[in-house]
Amino acid sequence: MAILVIADHDGAALRDTTAKTVTAALKLGGDIDIVVLGKDAGAAADAAAKISGVRKVLLAQSDALGQGLVEAEEAALLPILGGYDAVLSPATSAGKNLIPRLAARLDLAPINEVVEVIDAKTFVRPIYAGNALETVKTSDAKVLATIRPTVFAAAPDGGSAPVETLDAGPGSSASRFVSQDQVKSGRPELGSAKIVISGGRALGSEEEFKGVLEPLADKLGAAIGASRAAVDAGYAPNDYQVGQTGKVVAPDLYIAIGISGAIQHLAGIKDAKVIVAINKDAEAPIFGVADYGLVGDYQTIVPELMAELTKIGR
Amino acid sequence: MKLLVPVKRVLDYNVKVRVKADHSGVDLANLKMSMNPFDEIAVEEAVRLKEKGVATDILVVSIGPAQAQDTLRTALAMGADRALLIQTDADLEPLAVAKVLQALADQEKPDLIIMGKQAIDGDNNAVGQMLAALMDRPQATFASKVDVSGGKAEVTREVDGGLQTISVDLPAVITADLRLNEPRFASLPNIMKARKKPIEIKPVADYGVDTAPRLSVVKVTEPAGRKAGIKVTSAADLVQRLKTEAGVL
Repeated sequence: MAILVIADHDGAALRDTTAKTVTAALKLGGDIDIVVLGKDAGAAADAAAKISGVRKVLLAQSDALGQGLVEAEEAALLPILGGYDAVLSPATSAGKNLIPRLAARLDLAPINEVVEVIDAKTFVRPIYAGNALETVKTSDAKVLATIRPTVFAAAPDGGSAPVETLDAGPGSSASRFVSQDQVKSGRPELGSAKIVISGGRALGSEEEFKGVLEPLADKLGAAIGASRAAVDAGYAPNDYQVGQTGKVVAPDLYIAIGISGAIQHLAGIKDAKVIVAINKDAEAPIFGVADYGLVGDYQTIVPELMAELTKIGR
Repeated sequence: MKLLVPVKRVLDYNVKVRVKADHSGVDLANLKMSMNPFDEIAVEEAVRLKEKGVATDILVVSIGPAQAQDTLRTALAMGADRALLIQTDADLEPLAVAKVLQALADQEKPDLIIMGKQAIDGDNNAVGQMLAALMDRPQATFASKVDVSGGKAEVTREVDGGLQTISVDLPAVITADLRLNEPRFASLPNIMKARKKPIEIKPVADYGVDTAPRLSVVKVTEPAGRKAGIKVTSAADLVQRLKTEAGVL
């Protein structure tokens, strides 16, 4: 069995999501190759070659691949997929964009966001925003899947696989890159942040939402989230929304301030390692899932929290 | 310009999800069903394109049971022109859905297909990408901004860590992310008008595609539940516990 892992990198450095996907690939069992698609991505390919358990690294480079255009990625990969029994990508926005497209080209059913590999044909994946886990067995000849990287440990370094050049293919004609706008807020991205501070409707206004949450988030190097109620009330922009219809997050620490805990919000935070709830309503459903609950008014608690964090050097 | 907007009837996002006792799936009996929220955003975007004079005809399609007509009525009340139910009681996989939509697109020849990036039941996030591949057309997934002019769509996409803007030739498939717009509530007069708009119904077999499942569901289980932890009494207590007990600070 031969497995192809699609590398995740930022143009220069390889992200650890790649080594985590290699761990999932090892559970399928077989020879593992990594393909690096990009431009000036030699360093990422060299890093991929060092991951333990990798047979070889394929490096395809072009402007269109550097721009992440899915049609170019598809054109580079389709000629070599005949040689693989499984193709795995981390479940990043790029991986989710690419894997189903490749699957359709090959008349296969893709398997999205795998959280557990049972065997080479059987996988567990979350449905209903993680409120249920579905174990599926594929009858297809090949497996095309995205892997949720946060649940797999990174495969260690220690390998020295050869790096081979792969033809980049014809690029993309019907779609063109216009611009890329990376987040400049200085805060980590909501989906991958280690700490997330979220506010709810209890904050009462956009000014209060910013005034209370931003200093705390800056102090902790945290991303800011919001409940749907806070978004609907206009206190926070849409892309802050955490929950089933917003972003599903799995940080080490999630602090919910003035959030009562609607079902769809709880569905989006249930994989957080530690949940802290601050709410003046002791009966709020959020306390039913919180590891640490603090009943009281956020207006007094948040300043105290800031002071205590300063004391421990945060 | 013609738009095609596929919509799915799913368990309402506010209903608590319960796994069936026999682990065969999720219990949907007698529970509130609604339009997939991401599809609602797609319908809204299509209606806005029509209001801007860019689009002239919006066809909404749902592949599902007879009750999916309710979902189509909602889309008609929001401003869609025509509705089609491709009826099946089977829960089709994304590959089969994409094949049926491809067959429909062959007949209807839409200039643009807009749909939600994923349905909140199966969370597959696949049909848009698969349909684009089957049609051999470009895709612009996870859209947060769409501008259509001159046979092209300029689409801003939500990608990890930021935004990417691409320009795609039409016909193309766009999948809607949360930020694209805020869907309107249909007004009462529009709901009344929508009741009079016809919904065409065709059996899925009419499209002549292989819809056999490729995946078998071995079981559906509940994830390990979270239990309520402890109540702390002060911010100082909380910070100490987060530092020493939980080790997250």
